[in-house]
Amino acid sequence: MIDDFLIRAIMAGVIIALAAAPLGCLVVWRRMAYFGDATGHAALLGLALAMSFSMPLMLGVIVITAAMALTVTFATQRGTYAADTILGVFSHSALAVGLVAAAVLPGVRLNLLDTLLGNILTVSNTEIMWIGVGAAGILLVVKLFWRTLLNATLSSELLVAEGGSLLHDRLVFTLTLAFFVAMSMKLVGILLITAMLILPAAAAAPISRSPERMVVFTAIIGVLSVGGGIWLSWEADIQAGPAIIVTASFFFVLLNVFRR
Amino acid sequence: MIPLISINNLTIKKGQRTLLQDINFDLVPNEAVSLIGPNGAGKTTLIRALIGTLKPSSGTIRRKTGLKIGYTPQKLLLEQLMPMPVDRFLALSGESNLAKRRDMLARCDAGKLKNARMTDLSGGEMQRVLLARALMRKPDLLILDEPTQGLDQPGEARFYALLNEVRAESGLAVFMVSHDLHVVMAESDRVICLNTHICCSGAPETVSKDPSYQELFGTRPGLALYQHSHVHSETCNHD
Repeated sequence: MIDDFLIRAIMAGVIIALAAAPLGCLVVWRRMAYFGDATGHAALLGLALAMSFSMPLMLGVIVITAAMALTVTFATQRGTYAADTILGVFSHSALAVGLVAAAVLPGVRLNLLDTLLGNILTVSNTEIMWIGVGAAGILLVVKLFWRTLLNATLSSELLVAEGGSLLHDRLVFTLTLAFFVAMSMKLVGILLITAMLILPAAAAAPISRSPERMVVFTAIIGVLSVGGGIWLSWEADIQAGPAIIVTASFFFVLLNVFRR
Repeated sequence: MIPLISINNLTIKKGQRTLLQDINFDLVPNEAVSLIGPNGAGKTTLIRALIGTLKPSSGTIRRKTGLKIGYTPQKLLLEQLMPMPVDRFLALSGESNLAKRRDMLARCDAGKLKNARMTDLSGGEMQRVLLARALMRKPDLLILDEPTQGLDQPGEARFYALLNEVRAESGLAVFMVSHDLHVVMAESDRVICLNTHICCSGAPETVSKDPSYQELFGTRPGLALYQHSHVHSETCNHD
């Protein structure tokens, strides 16, 4: 008989993997892995601030990650520094500031290891419900704006010339990513959120013939990684977050070897 | 006639540099206008302002309400990891009818490319696919940024024949950046010679006799060597 907490963990993981699929593909297509990092790392600061001011934790995380995502988006457009440099600066500063804030702010009690690497085995029914609502929201918004998102990925000039809105694209992309970070922290922790986004997508790329198929394959690989990772975590008594990413990287290698 | 786009005293600055200064012109339905000028003259800046990705520092760009623009960029920077078949790319213009997409692709001499991956196309094939996408929107105005690069001579001739055909059918206006002076003189109703400001503009035969044109491109249209001269004559002085 499988224990309840394993079923809950797998449910939460599968939902997160589904929401990660379109976002992960967009991050890979736009070469924005560092952007995912910067947004993810900001979550630690959000968490520390929310705890210190006795606010709902998820609210703190979403506000700070969204602020980070928007700041980075508009900072990279100014063009003083290369996008790569800006993202590196923000990503590492966010992590360091978060760690400092967690240490010095009064009233912050968090298990750093769980925050950084996730602890899906302790997910509660209420949390699963919120993860489900968040995932449904992300998938719905991405579906509504899918054509804009794809056109903006191809060429922002083509998008604007054809009457599309670059602002819609930026807002949808950054805000869905912020929500995704908030809901997937529990699964893989803030250090591995980018990995959860890009590994399944990168694994799916060589076997995909259209953007939509790549999203579907990414979802399948993500779900299999979550299942395999949680099983591995249970059997070998290791943290689930890293185990999930190890499984995803196994799929990445496998699909690239078979492709050749 | 109501202009499709009306540009008044358009100036665009980037930092200390003036990229475009006091640009004035209208584009009206069914005309073919070519934009020529040396490197760094602001041609791409002007195109970006027209399609709306660059905001004027001063001056105005008025578009007719409901104006539909078809645009072909010079090139697309495509990410290898994004699987994008040509037909899917065309559908992203908003045309959901497969038969219409196939017809347009065939018309643009690219029928056999419908299942090819965008990342595998040659420069000339890419231009044909971009044109198909631009035309599929049934635009009022087609903006082409060096559309014939990568096309061989027969390909280029067919490209212009198709443009003329579509213009005759739909009253479409064409605004095109080109380096090929010979073609510019043969295919345009109006030529705008740009070097930060508009040096001269008008019918091809008028422009080719203009001293500022001759300063930039030499005296024999179509045979002139391309010059990157930034020495300006009296008539082409913009500071």
